[in-house]
Amino acid sequence: MIECKRISKTYKSGEIETEALKDVSFIINKGEFVAIMGPSGSGKSTLMHIIGCLDTPTSGEYLLDDKDVSKLTDDELADIRVQKIGFVFQAYNLLPRATVLRNVMLPLVYAGVSKEERENRAKEALQGSAFPENFWNHYSNQLSGGMMQRVAIARALVNNPTLILADEPTGNLDTKTGEMVLETFQRLHQEQGRTIVLITHEPYVAEHAERVIRIRDGDIVEDGKVKNRRVINNHNHNAK
Amino acid sequence: MKVQDILQETYTALSANKARSGLTILGIVIGIGSVIAMVSIGQGASGTITASIEGLGSNLLTVMPGTIQPGSGIVSSGRGTGQTLVTSDAEALRQISGVAYISPERQSRFQVVYSGNNTNTTVIGILPDYEQARNIGLADGSFITDANIRSVARVAVLGPTVAQDLFGEGNDPVGKTIRINRLNFKVIGVTQTKGSAGFFNPDDTLFVPLTTMQKILAGGEHLSTIAISVYEKNLMPIVQEEATFLLAQLHRVDPMNPDFSIISQADILGTLTQVTDTFTIFLAAVAGISLIVGGIGIMNMMLTTVTERTREIGLRKSIGAKKKDISMQFLAEAVMLTFLGGGIGVALGWILSILVSSFAGIATSVSFSTILLAFGVSAAIGIIFGYYPARRAASLNPIEALRYE
Repeated sequence: MIECKRISKTYKSGEIETEALKDVSFIINKGEFVAIMGPSGSGKSTLMHIIGCLDTPTSGEYLLDDKDVSKLTDDELADIRVQKIGFVFQAYNLLPRATVLRNVMLPLVYAGVSKEERENRAKEALQGSAFPENFWNHYSNQLSGGMMQRVAIARALVNNPTLILADEPTGNLDTKTGEMVLETFQRLHQEQGRTIVLITHEPYVAEHAERVIRIRDGDIVEDGKVKNRRVINNHNHNAK
Repeated sequence: MKVQDILQETYTALSANKARSGLTILGIVIGIGSVIAMVSIGQGASGTITASIEGLGSNLLTVMPGTIQPGSGIVSSGRGTGQTLVTSDAEALRQISGVAYISPERQSRFQVVYSGNNTNTTVIGILPDYEQARNIGLADGSFITDANIRSVARVAVLGPTVAQDLFGEGNDPVGKTIRINRLNFKVIGVTQTKGSAGFFNPDDTLFVPLTTMQKILAGGEHLSTIAISVYEKNLMPIVQEEATFLLAQLHRVDPMNPDFSIISQADILGTLTQVTDTFTIFLAAVAGISLIVGGIGIMNMMLTTVTERTREIGLRKSIGAKKKDISMQFLAEAVMLTFLGGGIGVALGWILSILVSSFAGIATSVSFSTILLAFGVSAAIGIIFGYYPARRAASLNPIEALRYE
């Protein structure tokens, strides 16, 4: 369902050309939980932007749900994003002066969903990300980091996307709350069969996924199943 | 993105920074408020002048001796200096169809005395038709009659200002005897107040029979003016033309270059409204400058807002907002600011114009079209000055915007 065929990306700044991705090819199937790992400068952010339809490759094809999206215009890409991609960012990127519910409903505003349905779907998504109900009407800037990231996950879920794309989702969190977030991803993957792509530079975080794609200097250096996968036990976690 | 969503976003964004929004709005409030106040003063002045010119008699043509040089002004021309107009001219003009009243007039200034009070005023010799032609109303007593004309009677009708000057408040002048140029005249009536019409105050006049004026007071058969009252407004050009030809024939002069002039009220009104219109435009332009300054304030605030909210814009774009959605959102904010400013500005301008008319005594008028225009202008300013910041926001690259610190 996600297919990258010989994708390259070159940035030009004046006379200097930087090749961020060199002929990258891979397939991610529906229902997979994949971590894309690599040090900074490896090209993993560029790859994320292309997978997330925020950017287009210089050459190569990118098929999302069998549709080539590598040559679309900005507004067409926006349409793809609103329907098929849910983003989770390192810095949460919530609207500070809006309630949790309104934050989660925001993608539906751009998708043109009716007001009643927005609220129902937002509540569903918040339940999906295990966000406590008594905080639904709090302003997002009154929440802790872990809570904010779960609002962001709910926002990513709300338009029922083909792909959830998480860019260093635990980067701003301590280990314990980071685990809570990773647990949420594992649960969504396991229970709802969501396709999740996790971008990280930490091997520890990547080990929570099923499959790891390692990138170095714009090239895939390793692609395979995680050997000792860390699975966070839901019950144990709640017992702590 | 639906209108309702845009409004909610706008409300949230503007209320998040109330002080800044308020100050930005203030710029527009002052701009729109001063435009409304200034235009209302201009329109009030033009309304007053129009009303008082029309009050001098409707559908009136005035024949004056001598020619009026184009451009030298018709309002203060040397009336009564020429001696070419005579009573028989007036009689001849009666034959033109469409003429309602003919009022031949002879005007001069004399010293008028009543028991120690004295005033120097305009004395006009008239026929009874003057009352209809010039739209004069009587406050007290009776007007000059045909019998007065025939008998060359020494009677006078006073304008209210003259009556006030000679007799003071609360005294009835009717039946009293005054002296005009050392000759005794009996006061038979007082006219109603009409108000000043620019350079000529119809209240500061005194009326005597035309024959009395010509034979006793001033001497000579000539007239200062002949007023022609026409039945209908649309007949005025025809009557004016016919009168020109008829008088030219009587005077044996070329109708293209006559020894008299016929001016209509429309001419006088035209000149005066030209003056007041220029005045209004000048005032509005001065006020308009402050409106532009207000608009620049809006642009300044919007640019700051766009920079501050770069990450938010990046987020919105990454979750599917199109360029149009982003530019609409920021444009709506700018228009909302100017619209609020426009609304408060209209109210403020209106209050100002009321204060001006009640304290400074200058007539003002706020018209519906002015208010509509003010709203239109304020919305337009929002769009014009909000367009650039909105476009800047819409064209941000989502990747870079998300990284912005």
